[in-house]
Amino acid sequence: MKPSKFDYYRPQTLEETLNLLANYGDEGKILAGGQSFIPILNMRMSEVDCLIDINNVKDLDYIKIEEDILKIGTLTRQRSLEQSDLVFDKLPLLRETCEFIGHQQTRNRGTVGGSVVHADPSAELPLVFLILGGKAIIQSEIETRETELNDFFLTYLTTDMMPDELLTSIHVPISDVPTGYAFEEISRRHGDFALVSAVCLMNRNISGKITDLRLAIGGVDAVPMLADEEDLKPLIGKHIEEEIIDEIAESVLEMAEPDGDLHASAEYRMHIAKVLIKKVMKKAYLRAERKEVPN
Amino acid sequence: MQQVKSNEKMTINTKVNDKSYEVDVEPRKLLSDFLREDLGLTGTHVGCEHGVCGACTIMIDGHAIRSCLMFAVQIDGSEVETIEGLQKKELGLELKEAFSKHHALQCGFCTAGILMSAVEFLYEENHPTEKETREMLSGHLCRCTGYEGIVSAIQEVAEKNNEGR
Ligand code: FES
Ligand code: FES
Repeated sequence: MKPSKFDYYRPQTLEETLNLLANYGDEGKILAGGQSFIPILNMRMSEVDCLIDINNVKDLDYIKIEEDILKIGTLTRQRSLEQSDLVFDKLPLLRETCEFIGHQQTRNRGTVGGSVVHADPSAELPLVFLILGGKAIIQSEIETRETELNDFFLTYLTTDMMPDELLTSIHVPISDVPTGYAFEEISRRHGDFALVSAVCLMNRNISGKITDLRLAIGGVDAVPMLADEEDLKPLIGKHIEEEIIDEIAESVLEMAEPDGDLHASAEYRMHIAKVLIKKVMKKAYLRAERKEVPN
Repeated sequence: MQQVKSNEKMTINTKVNDKSYEVDVEPRKLLSDFLREDLGLTGTHVGCEHGVCGACTIMIDGHAIRSCLMFAVQIDGSEVETIEGLQKKELGLELKEAFSKHHALQCGFCTAGILMSAVEFLYEENHPTEKETREMLSGHLCRCTGYEGIVSAIQEVAEKNNEGR
């Protein structure tokens, strides 16, 4: 349970980091919070020749709003996100989700960018950024590019990033976020990896009918899954109805291929996915309603 | 930029329990091992070494973190507090008394980590609810007590501190 040997680099600036990645990206790895990565090293599930520790690149630690976009630096600790007034005001869904990420002791260290690039299909942050229409800002010495999170996750623990690239921030639009929101997950112990998680955003009009609906599910496939608009259509213009939710859950999960493991079988994951879809839809519906009723 | 080859050592400066150190460490040395082996501070326990049990929890710059999920080279320039430092403080004594009163430990393997988490928690939360205390404790495994005593002990210290304020 000890990591194997590695060369250690501690850059102070983004430029130094990108330069190191250009030179050692192939044999090296970025170390951010390390709450997923150091266990992997300790258990020798992976070995690296060179470790680039970005914890001193303080410029990558920020939460700010510019032109209706919430920008979160990659090195922002999950705990800072949880305690941020900006997040609290603008994205209650994100705030609510933070409590589910690991434990206070790991959120103190774990970073936002780290969780996103780790790309665990059951992780909370990737799922929530996905439903919020977030973008990943990726930099290398050669270029800066941005990609929709929907295209960013390729498969288990694999993203669309090249070895010389660094995820520098996440951008989340904050205008027009639906008012009804809900996040739910089931895990073996509070704070452990979710078996399955579900998240929903919803708007309703004055007469209470659903006008906008988004749904995403984690832990049922190799990547976090955003439901197709087509699949959600049956509820648009309607009040919430159990039967329609059941239908939607069926069609959304039609393509899902959850893995069974020692924590939960594939069948069980499918089952709780359906239960959670129902739960988040109902909760988001109720919350949206409260916002919409004129005082 | 600082850098060091895998077979070399890096010199780090750090304060542990208010004492300054300048020491050379191998980059792959885990912080938990560094505290126990290099500094002889064996009060920090090591259970799982992959971030699950919480036994190795210590405070860095005022935040409770898992010392098995950091490398010793990463505390360069930081202030660290371990259970050995806590025992000299007022809050440490209060916690000790409450833990003893409520039978909040049996074998004690988990205790050092839980106390370090409790310190940050009690600084941050003035009126923690039982639910919040349990939530904080969810980052720790205790195989002996069933947690009830631990919850009562921490709640008691929180209440006492409030009266004092
Ligand atoms: S030894 Fe660090 S969490 Fe178990
Ligand atoms: S007292 Fe034995 S593990 Fe907690």
